[in-house]
Amino acid sequence: MGKVPKKRNLADKVRKTKTSTEIKNNPFEVKINRKKFDVLGRKTKHDVGLPGVSRSKAINKRKETLLKEYKQKNKSNKLIDKRFGEYDTKMAPEDKILQRFAMERQRVHDKKDVYNLNEEEELTHYGQSLAEMEKFNDIVNSDDESEEKGLLSAELTASHFGGGGLLKKRTSGDQQEEEGSQRAKSRQELIEELIQKSKQEKRERQVQKEEAQELTEKLDQEWKSIQSLMVKKTPKAECDDKPEEKPKLEEYDMMVRELVFEMKAQPSEKMKTPEELAREAREKLQKLEADRLRRMMGEEVGDTAQSLVHMSADDLNDGFVLDKEDQKTLAYQDGKWNIGEKSEDEDEDEEEGESGGEEEEEEEESEAEEGDGGEEEEDDDDEEDEEQEGSSDEEDGHSDLESEQESEDEERKQEAEEASAEPKKILSKEELKAQQEAAKAELPYTFTAPESYSDLKDLLHGHTPDNQRLIVARTQKCNHPSLAVGNKLKLQKLFGFLLEYIGELATRSPPELTTIDKLIPELYSMCQIYPEAACKAMQGILGDAGHSMEEELEVKGHVAFPTLDMLIYLKVTALLFPTSDFRHPVTTPALLYISQALSQCPVKSLQDVTSGLVLCCLAVEYVSFSKRFLPELINFLAGTLHLAVQDKTSLGYAVVPPFRPSGKCSDLLVLSDSESCKSWSKKSLPLSATQHLDLKNDLDRDHHRLMCLFTCLDLVKRCSLLYKDLMSFTFIFQPIRTLLSKHLSAQALPELLQELHREILETISSVPVSHSRLVLEKKKPIPLKLLTPKIVEVLDYGKKRGSTREEREKERLKHKYKKEFKGALREIRKDSRFLAREKLNEVMNRDAERKRKVRELFGSLATQEGEWKALKRRKRK
Amino acid sequence: MAPAKKRNVSSAKTSQQSVKTAKIDLNSKVERILESRKHANDVFDILEVLQSEKDKDVISAADACGKLFCTLLERKELFIGKLPGEEEALGGGYSAEEKYRMFMRHRYNSCVEMLLEHLTHELHGVKESALCCLMKFAAGEGQHPLEDLDWSEHYSFPRELILAVVERLLSKTTDNSLLISRFQEFLEMEDVRYYVMSSVRENVGKVMDKSKGAVMPVYQTNVFTLMSNISVPSQESELTNFMEHKRVFERMWLGFLKYKLPSNMYKKVLVILHDSILPHMSKPTLMIDFLTAAYEVGGAISLLALNGLFVLIHQHNLDYPDFYKKLYNLLEPSIFHVKYRARFFHLANLFLSSSHLPVYLVAAFAKRLARLALTAPSTGLLIVLPFIYNLIRRHPSCRVLVHKPSTEDDPYLMDEEDPAQCRALESSLWEIKTLQKHHHPDVAKAAMLINTPLPEKEDDISEVLEITTYEQSQIKNIPLEFETATQLLKGVGDVLGQHFCLD
Repeated sequence: MGKVPKKRNLADKVRKTKTSTEIKNNPFEVKINRKKFDVLGRKTKHDVGLPGVSRSKAINKRKETLLKEYKQKNKSNKLIDKRFGEYDTKMAPEDKILQRFAMERQRVHDKKDVYNLNEEEELTHYGQSLAEMEKFNDIVNSDDESEEKGLLSAELTASHFGGGGLLKKRTSGDQQEEEGSQRAKSRQELIEELIQKSKQEKRERQVQKEEAQELTEKLDQEWKSIQSLMVKKTPKAECDDKPEEKPKLEEYDMMVRELVFEMKAQPSEKMKTPEELAREAREKLQKLEADRLRRMMGEEVGDTAQSLVHMSADDLNDGFVLDKEDQKTLAYQDGKWNIGEKSEDEDEDEEEGESGGEEEEEEEESEAEEGDGGEEEEDDDDEEDEEQEGSSDEEDGHSDLESEQESEDEERKQEAEEASAEPKKILSKEELKAQQEAAKAELPYTFTAPESYSDLKDLLHGHTPDNQRLIVARTQKCNHPSLAVGNKLKLQKLFGFLLEYIGELATRSPPELTTIDKLIPELYSMCQIYPEAACKAMQGILGDAGHSMEEELEVKGHVAFPTLDMLIYLKVTALLFPTSDFRHPVTTPALLYISQALSQCPVKSLQDVTSGLVLCCLAVEYVSFSKRFLPELINFLAGTLHLAVQDKTSLGYAVVPPFRPSGKCSDLLVLSDSESCKSWSKKSLPLSATQHLDLKNDLDRDHHRLMCLFTCLDLVKRCSLLYKDLMSFTFIFQPIRTLLSKHLSAQALPELLQELHREILETISSVPVSHSRLVLEKKKPIPLKLLTPKIVEVLDYGKKRGSTREEREKERLKHKYKKEFKGALREIRKDSRFLAREKLNEVMNRDAERKRKVRELFGSLATQEGEWKALKRRKRK
Repeated sequence: MAPAKKRNVSSAKTSQQSVKTAKIDLNSKVERILESRKHANDVFDILEVLQSEKDKDVISAADACGKLFCTLLERKELFIGKLPGEEEALGGGYSAEEKYRMFMRHRYNSCVEMLLEHLTHELHGVKESALCCLMKFAAGEGQHPLEDLDWSEHYSFPRELILAVVERLLSKTTDNSLLISRFQEFLEMEDVRYYVMSSVRENVGKVMDKSKGAVMPVYQTNVFTLMSNISVPSQESELTNFMEHKRVFERMWLGFLKYKLPSNMYKKVLVILHDSILPHMSKPTLMIDFLTAAYEVGGAISLLALNGLFVLIHQHNLDYPDFYKKLYNLLEPSIFHVKYRARFFHLANLFLSSSHLPVYLVAAFAKRLARLALTAPSTGLLIVLPFIYNLIRRHPSCRVLVHKPSTEDDPYLMDEEDPAQCRALESSLWEIKTLQKHHHPDVAKAAMLINTPLPEKEDDISEVLEITTYEQSQIKNIPLEFETATQLLKGVGDVLGQHFCLD
């Protein structure tokens, strides 16, 4: 029974599929498009064409469209489909169906159910009523169902889908067996049986599940009974005080969380041996030096070698913030101290008792050092417990400031100690003294950062240099960026103000250079913390000075030598920034300023000579590392020596502006009395001599001249050593050589100068005249033009190359247009052919009809005739 | 003036009032005089005020006079023609009408005298109003001439008046530059300009002849200021008698330059010569003598004369022997320090841009500039290096200068004046190699180019001519000094501390 329908089924399928495959296989249906080349891996759509199929398709389509149109031609009535959205091509078919369905429902609803209140619409899911589905209240069946759905029995698959190959074979074998036993079973019956089976299975499984559930519930209940027994062992209070229990738990949670989130204890670095320390310091120095050299060569620096993180000495890395509320600090308020009645001693005692403000305590400690010994020891113990610096502090007797600065950047400390242990000791003594003074003067410990330059001036006014330094240091500490948000900006501003202050100190008369000297470490440390701000402030000062100099040059044609403040700024620049860089945002403009001043400022007085020499010293400092060539420096030194030449009639050298071969101010360094050489002795010139000179008599003046000459000669010597390696050394020093050897004889000079004189001449003459060759770098020769064809690698086939995108697009569109045009033409031709054929058909049909009718008529007429003749014959008969 | 000022301070209000009333007074007087001849004698009052010591009174009186006499000129109520003496006018048989006219004409003349006197007043305000008033008269007289126009003249210009004004302007003792700049607005009028030019020439000739060619700085400054303010329009269409104008202009300048000039005046003239004098002359070649003389002087003046010479050589076919030799000798260390450095290099670039120059010459220039570069300031170097590179580019045969593999002494003779003899071609530009160690990063970079083959394209010299020292460049990271600074004069490389101390 089962076979027959199946066969029919199969046959149906085969016939359906056959059409396409058979047609394809039929050589008479297929047209093969011949290819010129076979390209491996290329897929072509059109290698086989089916002209018959496509023709019939086209004809069918025409019948549907063109023929209909043709038939409708010249006819006014039309059939319009009024179904919703029938002619709306934009609508998706599903939408259409939905919409139509909804409309129908609405219509039905409107008509019938207007008065039907109770009957609600039945909601369904997959055709099943939802209300019925809700009635199933089994709890656990949710996952079972999916299991069931996933499981398809082999039979089921076999019967429904034909099954897999092997499976099918086996089942077919089974079936054959079955066939043998009971043949009578129809397919329908078989299916029913199958369904029944599966339902039964399902039911069984459900029953099993229910049983299991019952069992677990039972177990739970039993457990509860036992649990009460177990609970008895724990203290009763727990059960009673449930509300109390809760907070405890929270506390615990909190602890746990805290512990989780707390920073893990990090292993401390092991104490380093002195050798290790020394090695580290050396490595650090080597790295810095290598960095410096690289910058000197003008290579780009990738990352900042020194990214120093500022840490205060008092910073224990515990995020401690100075608490201002529980501790009164001594501070300025509106120009007065905020503590009036309390005596200083009380204050001290109080503060010692407290352990909060380390800052204060440290200060205190150092003060106590000088005060009483008993307290000192106590203090020390505390200190040593808390921080290690305390001990070092004690050992070398450094002041608090010193230790603080050292700890600010430890590695630098070591390096500094190595490099200059000696100056440090002197410094420490000075500092100690300064400390004593500070203790006497009793400076307040906290300062607000000055908001403007005048604030700073007020703050520092009337203090000794050391105190001023202390004030700046403390201000810096009190406004450490980690303490409050705006502090960073404040300190950055403070740097600018300090610079301004230094400038002002230098312009005072007499200039307060010692104060500046004291402020240098503060400036340095601040510069290390805020390089950008420092750079900007310095750039501003240098830029202003440079522009004003240029303006003056434009207006007057000559410029006065830079004033002392500018000289100090230049020196400070050299202290704060590296001078050897190929290009540095601060030092390069500074050096340019120096060179411009040296080449533009005419020398008119002894002060000018002194200023010029200061500038020369600075210039030598700037180029001492990099050994860069500074022509202005040599010119100026030669010019200065020229000032000392007595007989200016026959010069064997050229004098470069701003100096003149002869004239009003060209005898500035000529001694008025040659005897004054004998009483001269070397002593450093004060920097203030650049501004103001009070030389009473000729002897003083001569001594000053000799000092200038000495400085100048010394600088020449340094320069000659610096530039020894330059190729044109001899040419550069030619004027100085002739000047020294011919015009400025050594006999007339003091011994010290004579020695220098000799040394210079020796250095100059010892350097061989070297003309190193000037060789153009070899250029890669341009190859000859070759005649071999140029082979271009083609990476994308089929694309036109060698044209721009627009051109290609245009080409493509043109091609498309041509194709479309041809296609349209072909279509139109086919259409007209089709129409003609239809018309012909029509005519033929009509003619055939007519012939048929005529024949019919003739036929009937013939029969009539025949009948009539027969009748006639009959009559005759 | 002093007492007047004092009173002003003590009672400013009253004096202000008095000034106001005086002004009203003067105005009403002018009105009355113009209204009827009965009040003709009031003109004496006005003239009296004009002579007063108070500057404000004088200014208002000058205004009033200007108004009065301009109206009278318009009404033709001033006597026209040759004026008889005052006494004669009263006595002679003239009608009352004529007598009145003569009377007014006399007053007018004395007013002009007074105003001319005021041109040498010490206060600028007074001078200015006097000048304005006089120019108003000049305009009035031009329209209604006071001379008889019996003869063929169609057009008359108050030549005497302008001559007198110019004479006062070109004072021998005071610097009148402010007043002259005020006068400039009248020079816009072509007739005024024309007559001013001719009167300047007359005046200069007269004064300089009197002083027998000696230098008179103040006078010459005044003349120069006035003359440099005169600008003849370059378009012929703007002027009716363009050639005549040019000729007068030329004669004026030649007349001025004939005499000895102070050196700063020399420079000033040379600075403006090429673009505001030479183009407006009818025969610029007349300047050849002046320019060659200036070129011989040497130094900055020679540099400046180059510009004028260039115009003459370029446009007027001047053949100057040994021009390049002289140019070569102008190359001194000082050219990098003079104010006109940019102008000089611009011109030198022009002169040396010809590709027909002999190689030895170009090589000599390149070599000399390179030698000078050893002593030049950095801004100069930024000009010189591209300049030398351009020379080498234009004259490929100069490439021997940058490629000399043999090591021997430099045969170049720096002191040789003749570029043909200096043996520059046998030398090389090793100086530039030294500059690779220059402290200015841009110079060092530019000097690095000497080792590599130069790119084809020439550097644009004009871009670097006006370069200043301070071109800020932004660098992101700022390297810091790693040696801790403890004191001002202490450190590793401290030179300053070894020679100087803090106090």
